Amino acid sequence: MMARYVIGRLAGVVVILFLVCLFTFVLFFTLQPDPAVMICGKTCTPERIDQIRDVLGLNLPFLTQFFGFLGGIFAGRDYGEGANLVHCAAPCLGYSFQTNQSVWDMVVERLPVSATVAIGAAVLWLLIGILAGLLSAVKEGTWWDRGAMGLALGGSSVPNYVLALALQYVLVVQLQVLPFPQAVAFGDDPVVWFQSYLMPWIVLATGYACLYARLTRANVIDTLAENFMRTARSKGLSPALTMRRHALRPALTPIATIFGMDFAALLGGALITETVFGLNGVGKMAADSIAKNDQPVIMAVTLLAAFFVVVGNVVVDLVYTRLDPRVRITTP
Amino acid sequence: MTVAAHPEQVAGGAPATSGRRVLRVLLRDRGAVISGAYLALIVLMAIGAPLISAITGHGPNDFDTAAVNTDLGGVPYGSLGGISAEHLLGVEPQNGRDILARIAYGARVSLIIAASATTLTTLLGVVLGMLAGFYQGWVDQAICRVMDFLMAFPALIFMIAILSALPQGNRPVLLVVVISVFGWPYLARVVRGQTLTLVNREFVEAARASGASTGQLVFKEILPNLRSSLIVMTTLAVPGYVGTEAGLSFLGVGVTPPTPSWGQMIAGSVGWYAVDPMYFVIPGAFLFLTVLSLTVLGDRIRAAFDAGDAS
Repeated sequence: MMARYVIGRLAGVVVILFLVCLFTFVLFFTLQPDPAVMICGKTCTPERIDQIRDVLGLNLPFLTQFFGFLGGIFAGRDYGEGANLVHCAAPCLGYSFQTNQSVWDMVVERLPVSATVAIGAAVLWLLIGILAGLLSAVKEGTWWDRGAMGLALGGSSVPNYVLALALQYVLVVQLQVLPFPQAVAFGDDPVVWFQSYLMPWIVLATGYACLYARLTRANVIDTLAENFMRTARSKGLSPALTMRRHALRPALTPIATIFGMDFAALLGGALITETVFGLNGVGKMAADSIAKNDQPVIMAVTLLAAFFVVVGNVVVDLVYTRLDPRVRITTP
Repeated sequence: MTVAAHPEQVAGGAPATSGRRVLRVLLRDRGAVISGAYLALIVLMAIGAPLISAITGHGPNDFDTAAVNTDLGGVPYGSLGGISAEHLLGVEPQNGRDILARIAYGARVSLIIAASATTLTTLLGVVLGMLAGFYQGWVDQAICRVMDFLMAFPALIFMIAILSALPQGNRPVLLVVVISVFGWPYLARVVRGQTLTLVNREFVEAARASGASTGQLVFKEILPNLRSSLIVMTTLAVPGYVGTEAGLSFLGVGVTPPTPSWGQMIAGSVGWYAVDPMYFVIPGAFLFLTVLSLTVLGDRIRAAFDAGDAS
């Protein structure tokens, strides 16, 4: 039963990713300015354009091009023929029109930076959001609760690029307690690494932390009003123990679901953060490629982002059945 | 808890309609009143943008090189980004455009786009959600698949990709369409769920049994019952759209210069934040306060409706 469910969901993933791929491809096939002209640049002859279109297969019918692209992802593909032949190995997403680099290599190169930004921010927002939410729920109605929730409402309304500029102005320019962010590897210089990523983490985490604090508070308050909580308390369990044993799990399970989806969709949020701080991750690569109309790179980032979102949703559903016994799939 | 605050309702008398009751609750709420007042101010500013320009004598695209120090690379004269009696909110560095005028004209763009996107999303969400919930069967299946598909999309990245690929054309219209296409499923999902339960309620069956047409069922029986959740969902969606528009303009795929927009102004200030912080603080503060006010208002409206449902 479980295996069948998983297989069904995975088939759904494949279908949706195929559709995303097709949709993006159609869009660029019909709307984009001619890539051959873009590559050719200013000193261009009609023969040169024809040659480029030939090598890239842009003269072929739409479906041939589409399946060529799709095939490249799974089996690799060849561009051009004879002496000009270039083989692009298995996860082939084509070559950047701007740098002629393999798009897959570009993604792999930049993924660690994005992962560092995303994971650090996620840790930060989970810690702060859940702790603040819990405290607020326990102290419902006190000045702490009002203050924290007011702050959370305000924090979730600050656009992250405004926050980024404000932080940079205060911390880097005025107080000079942090250097301007650079994408340093942890192994090279842990101190600079931490100082560099601290602001991106805060910027990316703020909105989510505020949202999670409000969600956690609402969920915990709802759970504390449930009958089983009254039972636990009347058994004589201490408040701390009732909280730990009975309240946390039902209150935090929905948060886990939302976290899974938010984390999977983080590539979009990281785009702005990475761009503002000039960190060379996948998000900044997306922004740059969009500014320069670098079609293969835009395609790759869109697909990658869709992949994370779709797979993330399935993972969330599967984990949810583990966390919440009430929705566990059982053999009838 | 709101019941206690309104003894006249408990004590019988003529029960106020829910719209009036919600309005009364909101008028007593300090947060809601302040947010409402701020939003009214922004709307007035947007409507009266030409008037503001006429009074101060600075259009949104008038260069004022006398207000900036060309020797220092165009930093505004005076403190706080050139705030003076002449330029109430200062000037942009380099070309000296009046920030107040640009904020006012930018408010027009932001508000029109957010309002149109909300209208279009609501229209799509209500029509498709109700179709799915009312007819069920294959119609429901088809609409649900499309919703799943759209919600699986990395919306922000995809919006940027589409907007960068589309020909220049009419940017604001494109923005509204793109935001709405990715926004409607969130509303439609709720509308569908509520319609599903409403369709089987006794009063709908009674109406059907007494010969009501489909149109009457939809517009007289079901739609009025969706009103409160629609009001809540749309008010909570508006700040998101204001933020999305500003974000897309910030990334350079939204409204194109010289049309001013808040997001675009902030994007323009990125290179200047160290020497002229007011250049990002002012549009940033307007944007922040607008989003915050809309969120607070939406939150309070929801609380007011919820309290009404509970009583």
